[in-house]
Amino acid sequence: MNLTLKIWRQKDSNAKGQMVDYKVTDISEHMSFLEMMDVLNEQLVNTGEEPVAFDHDCREGICGMCSMYINGEAHGPDRGVTTCQLHMRMFKDGDTITIEPFRAAAFPVIKDLVVDRMAFERIQHAGGYISVNTSGNTQDANSIPISKHAADEAMDAATCIGCGACVATCKNSSAMLFVGAKVSQYALLPQGQVEAADRVKNMVAQMDLEGFGNCTNTGACEIECPKGISLENIARMNRELMKANIS
Amino acid sequence: MALDSKVPKGPIKDKWTDYKNHIDLVNPANKRHIDIIVVGTGLAGGSAAATLAELGYNVKAFAYQDSPRRAHSIAAQGGINAAKNYQGDGDSTYRLFYDTVKGGDYRSREANVYRLAEVSANIIDQCVAQGVPFARDYGGLLDNRSFGGVLVSRTFYAKGQTGQQLLLGAYSAMNRQIARGKIEMFNRHEMLDVVKVDGKARGIITRNLITGEIERHSAHAVVIASGGYGNVYFLSTNAMGSNTTAAWKIHKKGAYFANPCYTQIHPTCIPRSGDYQSKLTLMSESLRNDGRIWVPKNMEDVIAIREGRKKPTDLSEEERDYYLERRYPAFGNLVPRDVASRAAKERCDAGYGVNATGEAVYLDFKSAITRYGKEQAKIHNITNASEEKIYELGQAIVEAKYGNLFQMYEKIVDENPYKTPMMIYPATHYTMGGVWVDYNLMTTIPGCYCIGEANFSDHGANRLGASALMQGLADGYFVLPYTIGDYLSDDIRTGKIPTDTKEFDEAEKEVKDRIDFFINNKGTKSVDYFHKKLGKVMWDKVGMARNEKGLKEAMSEIKAIREEFWKEVKVIGNANEMNPELEKAGRVADFLELGELFAKDALVREESCGGHFREESVELDGEQKGEAKRNDKDFAFVSAWEYKGEPADAVLHKEELEFKDIELKQRSYK
Repeated sequence: MNLTLKIWRQKDSNAKGQMVDYKVTDISEHMSFLEMMDVLNEQLVNTGEEPVAFDHDCREGICGMCSMYINGEAHGPDRGVTTCQLHMRMFKDGDTITIEPFRAAAFPVIKDLVVDRMAFERIQHAGGYISVNTSGNTQDANSIPISKHAADEAMDAATCIGCGACVATCKNSSAMLFVGAKVSQYALLPQGQVEAADRVKNMVAQMDLEGFGNCTNTGACEIECPKGISLENIARMNRELMKANIS
Repeated sequence: MALDSKVPKGPIKDKWTDYKNHIDLVNPANKRHIDIIVVGTGLAGGSAAATLAELGYNVKAFAYQDSPRRAHSIAAQGGINAAKNYQGDGDSTYRLFYDTVKGGDYRSREANVYRLAEVSANIIDQCVAQGVPFARDYGGLLDNRSFGGVLVSRTFYAKGQTGQQLLLGAYSAMNRQIARGKIEMFNRHEMLDVVKVDGKARGIITRNLITGEIERHSAHAVVIASGGYGNVYFLSTNAMGSNTTAAWKIHKKGAYFANPCYTQIHPTCIPRSGDYQSKLTLMSESLRNDGRIWVPKNMEDVIAIREGRKKPTDLSEEERDYYLERRYPAFGNLVPRDVASRAAKERCDAGYGVNATGEAVYLDFKSAITRYGKEQAKIHNITNASEEKIYELGQAIVEAKYGNLFQMYEKIVDENPYKTPMMIYPATHYTMGGVWVDYNLMTTIPGCYCIGEANFSDHGANRLGASALMQGLADGYFVLPYTIGDYLSDDIRTGKIPTDTKEFDEAEKEVKDRIDFFINNKGTKSVDYFHKKLGKVMWDKVGMARNEKGLKEAMSEIKAIREEFWKEVKVIGNANEMNPELEKAGRVADFLELGELFAKDALVREESCGGHFREESVELDGEQKGEAKRNDKDFAFVSAWEYKGEPADAVLHKEELEFKDIELKQRSYK
């Protein structure tokens, strides 16, 4: 298929960016979206133009590095996938595709489609851990029985890949799905409950400091999340925060 | 320099304990004055950085991604082995040790493997304490699954995302130390050289991938944890950015590179679909627990399937060739990876491949779904359940076990694997070879350590499933923190290493010159053009089956590609900005050297062992006819290569392997 691409080009974080049109031809429907971008970049290199910078790494939907906003949706039109897993069969010959970086005040653009997600890192530094030494001198793993239900729910929350689609999608640029997922994972497990109160207070405080917006229960984040992280995690985080502030 | 593995004396089961009892320690007050650089933040680097910081050292950690959480360990699916014997099925430290040495085709160092098995159980305790949500059974205890090449169930898992959960565990431990200021984290930084002062590793040169700035970092020791070199094949299951640069740079500065030809071609990956393919996707080996691998028995059916006249589900049991079950009745679909990969290649080379490219076999879940369905019907007291009901009940079980993998397959291939068998084909996945290290995990450069996939030591010529995560975390959490202390105990009075010295000047100049070359070389061809060309030679001539003629051709062809690269490579953009093309150029330049050494290593090793299969070395008769033939008399050694400029001139040093605790036997999975 032949496509027109409208892509956000921005030299660096200080430069003013703009949308630029490109044409790509003979795109196979079996290509992944990023393979289509590879074709474009190879074309640009061959004609001496600077290729489009975009974040990507594992290309199997787990590293959370890729981050495009395609036709007005984080990770594009498919559900339950990251951009690297999006396939060109989702598009038609002759389509015009708009490709922008994730947009949020807390995610400044570094170059073209690459954004800075250090705000997520700082939130994790504020409390995304259990304070246990890595010495291996802990108790036997089976001495803490955990109900299958709790373990499975913790696992579901823990599958967040930290890509930032929730923030990019949210009209308030809220990071509550991301933070809620980590808070929930630990709140659901006995190992995490010891410091649960401090963790939720510190992580939420850092989240606010970074300039992320609040949650107004729209639920768009849950729909666009490539890993299907549930909105319940936000509710659980709010409950944990309330508990922490009362006690 | 003669190789000294520094394996402690004494019985194998006491070596590690005795060693720990007798090493020099650094007191906590002195640790505050010692800096350690860790390059790479996957399972090995991440766990090492966290533990070293926790002990009190000042750690500087480097990752080329924007967060340590994105290192490619994240993509490991199936699980992590540990000799916990929770299932009571006869597992033990010795048995895990034995399985690993045997699985590695007797080409690993016994003492290292025993230590790995010994600390394995601790890893699970540690990870559970960190909040890693491993799968559990209804009683609340940890669940296990079995993996290829072993007869016990010792693999712990978190759905199909075990690597992700373990890495996030290590990442959380890092975050705790970053918050305390004990780890200084450098995201989007790439190491471009190591700096040696008086023969010791004392720092690195890095490039800030956002600004392009070249930076100097000093430390008392440097730890390389940069992963494997599978991307030398261009197409592999590695991440796009996975590279050999850090490992190759230390090799060029004096670290020997061991067994590059030991590379694992993983049997269950999604087949390639076209020339534009940028990477291959693995389907976890755990699927072989429940999937049966087959191709049609009759050529007419193969042709009918390729032409779309028949579907795989149209073929009766009699018309299918479950070739692994046929050839290896004892292990069946759970033979080790190298054996399964070669068997798939054998069938496809014989013309039985089931897709348009002729490079695909089926992985079929129907029997498992039916089996689980019947079991569920019984549990739920459903009598006279219809076939559809049984299938539905069984599908739910398979979905719970491998749901995300099935979904991933469907997204890529656009076929529903619950309804029709998956198509799979082998792809490059893991590199057992790597930087040579002694028992302390130190390379031949004093003060330079290498851990995880980047080193060579534990997996011999073939790695068993679920052992990579085990080794990465064992090295980082439990081994390196001891061994590095023994070395650093001599450095308590050294003081901060200055970076304004001639050694740093020289290393930085070398790095800058190379970058300037790339930017100013007005060539005609893209970096990917050369990478793909290299990958094709590697796959065709240094892939699943190798022979003398092909390897010699590969060496000269790779040299020719390298020469063309240095003339014709074109890198658009500038040095002082984010420039992904420039990053790739540096990495491919190193792959072009490694590739030739790889072929040379494969040429010298005139035996078949593990992932290295020489067509000249096969069993000619008897029960094992056609199987790989190892030659212990002449090749029971580690090939450690010393850099001498051109890869073809590399000098071979041999570390003879001694097997005192395991009898050398032909590996049989029949």
